[in-house]
Amino acid sequence: MALSRLSLRSTTFLKPSSLRRHVTTDTTPITIETAAPFTSHQCDPPSRSVETSSAEILSFFRDMARMRRMEIAADSLYKSKLIRGFCHLYDGQEALAVGMEAGITKKDAIITSYRDHCTFLGRGGELVDAFSELMGRMRGCSNGKGGSMHFYKKDACFYGGHGIVGAQIPLGCGLAFAQKYSKEENVSFVLYGDGAANQGQLFEALNIAALWDLPAILVCENNHYGMGTATWRSAKSPAYFKRGDYVPGLKVDGMDVLAVKQACKFAKEHALKNGPIILEMDTYRYHGHSMSDPGSTYRTRDEVSGVRQVRDPIERVRKLLLSHDIATEKELKDMEKEVRKEVDDAVAQAKESPVPEASELFTNMYVKDCGVESFGADRKELKVTLA
Amino acid sequence: MASLLGRFCRKLVVPGSAHGSRMISTTACDSEAVKSLNLYSAINQALHIALETDPRSYVFGEDVGFGGVFRCTTGLAERFGKNRVFNTPLCEQGIVGFGIGLAAMGNRAVVEIQFADYIYPAFDQIVNEAAKFRYRSGNQFNCGGLTIRAPYGAVGHGGHYHSQSPEAFFCHVPGIKVVIPRSPREAKGLLLSSIRDPNPVVFFEPKWLYRQAVEEVPEHDYMIPLSQAEVIREGNDITLVGWGAQLTVMEQACLDAEKVLDFIFQLKDNWFKVSNMGLELIMQEGISCELIDLKTLLPWDKETVEASVKKTGRLLISHEAPVTGGFGAEISATILERCFLKLEAPVSRVCGLDTPFPLVFEPFYMPTKNKASSSSSLSSPLKKKRHYLIMGLHVWCRYWMQSSPLLITSHSICFFR
Repeated sequence: MALSRLSLRSTTFLKPSSLRRHVTTDTTPITIETAAPFTSHQCDPPSRSVETSSAEILSFFRDMARMRRMEIAADSLYKSKLIRGFCHLYDGQEALAVGMEAGITKKDAIITSYRDHCTFLGRGGELVDAFSELMGRMRGCSNGKGGSMHFYKKDACFYGGHGIVGAQIPLGCGLAFAQKYSKEENVSFVLYGDGAANQGQLFEALNIAALWDLPAILVCENNHYGMGTATWRSAKSPAYFKRGDYVPGLKVDGMDVLAVKQACKFAKEHALKNGPIILEMDTYRYHGHSMSDPGSTYRTRDEVSGVRQVRDPIERVRKLLLSHDIATEKELKDMEKEVRKEVDDAVAQAKESPVPEASELFTNMYVKDCGVESFGADRKELKVTLA
Repeated sequence: MASLLGRFCRKLVVPGSAHGSRMISTTACDSEAVKSLNLYSAINQALHIALETDPRSYVFGEDVGFGGVFRCTTGLAERFGKNRVFNTPLCEQGIVGFGIGLAAMGNRAVVEIQFADYIYPAFDQIVNEAAKFRYRSGNQFNCGGLTIRAPYGAVGHGGHYHSQSPEAFFCHVPGIKVVIPRSPREAKGLLLSSIRDPNPVVFFEPKWLYRQAVEEVPEHDYMIPLSQAEVIREGNDITLVGWGAQLTVMEQACLDAEKVLDFIFQLKDNWFKVSNMGLELIMQEGISCELIDLKTLLPWDKETVEASVKKTGRLLISHEAPVTGGFGAEISATILERCFLKLEAPVSRVCGLDTPFPLVFEPFYMPTKNKASSSSSLSSPLKKKRHYLIMGLHVWCRYWMQSSPLLITSHSICFFR
């Protein structure tokens, strides 16, 4: 795998080892080239040189390690039946969530599909809230009523978490319209998958967004499998970034966190000036579609382990950190241990949170005191005013 | 008498009757082989037979190629080829529209929608195209070969988007048929009938029963007639109507209601506990329940249900979908129109609550057997009998010490109903 080349602008490399302690907070800009070039459609691609810093790359490592650990913990919680329902894991795709956050602000909106655990974490969500929501407890980010597929975070403009495939795309364009209207120079990132890319609603939304110059960035998370169907079997044109036709597009290596950061930054500038743009993130998920899917009936184990060896996002960043002497092997291992402990503590805390009250079944359907009545099993027996 | 005979005859369908050359039997003959199958295997068998008997039939949908998420389509692609059994991209509206077109050319299109919760993008195609094609073209064209299969209903942990029961939406659309089987044997016969029916059919399969329900299923090709309800349990006191997985719940409620506790023994051992309260707790009397499986919701068998309600005088309908506007409302209104003077109590609906299908609250939402048992319809015949029994026994016990019990007992008996 091609390692990035360092074009020296900082003197980190030449610092004596005794000063390496300060590296974790070193924000001196470094420029690193992305592993692969960008391919563009109807626009000029951004430069391959990404401005970053040691502290930032280290934070990438930490965040991605935390996301990876969270997903693995969710896997074992599901297997021990503490998480019920459906659980769609994001491990393998962490670079996307982390890189995107690095390129934008918390005022920009993100809306995604059901594979939202890491996006929530990226938006500043707490591990405890995530685990509580997964287990359906009151402490969860949606008060335990949403579950795995419905994480939201209002203060960070994270509009969730949607179960129905593709339904979030027109919604996201609506968000962009509101942002344009408010003139606050914010954008909306609308994430969807390669499976959803064949939904009619995508094209309806694209047309509207392009017609009205909305600051919407449609991000296709192409992990090459729409549940059990490979992209070459479900799409006539698997070049999802070109599908917008009149909407410009960019193809990005989704396993390279720096490339993702660069692309999102570029896309934000583009959208604010010129309207919608499609970003196709070439990524991969190690788990199956959901916990009920072993992930091996439609792809070989060799393929999965191959990607894990060659393209794993966390390993890439680790190699980057080691090759640029930003951190030692031991420091990174310690960081992973800390993250593991963080996750374990969060799980323990989440387990203690209580399940929502039974009366919560009837709340938040309509506005409080709307006066709508709901009837129980036998209309005459149980009547409740919906809150 | 005639209605009794009619209902009795419906239970045993004579082979070779009324359906021309095809042999129909709900009960297997001794010579026919049966196999113990679960629901998804029965459906798989039905699909194999359907594709085998009609070379112009196709099965398609999301992920059906490798067998489908519930294994209903295993082996089909290998046996019949990728030209007849194929995966579609993720676009329900496109899939159903495509199926309608295929059916309009005289083919049999068996479309799979992965979960009934995802059928809504295709709702326009079903309501505005499939249901009205024959009508608006003056019978020049039709899409009768279309069958849409979707797993529906609660599964214990499905949450908002893997547990919905949307049958009520489709029952409101003249021009299509809605069919829901309750068990593997029924499913195979009903699915084959649906595929071969010359009208578009929406076939909902209770996903909870895919692995849970196991039954002896005949291996031969058989069809179960549509729009014929079946009385699966005879009774005299109350009629219960349901479909799909809910029938297993209702059967449990029937069994509970029919329990008779020997209160005489209880009384002898615990006479000092005799009081109004005590008697209510000790005494129970059986209620004989008649359970009907509708099978086809649109068009539904009104005659069977009507005959049953005229016999029993009470009706209880149960379904998982929310109670307001659920299909139970249609049954209730129709039966009220037809049997008003024979009804002894209002029609009872024990259904899901008027909320989105919840995640952690699923046990509260579901219409369980306890909700059915304690509903006013099921307990009111009991209450009436109890009332008189208690009055009589109360009098009996008060004078136990003072007067001859014989006199008072005979006095009390006349209170008994």
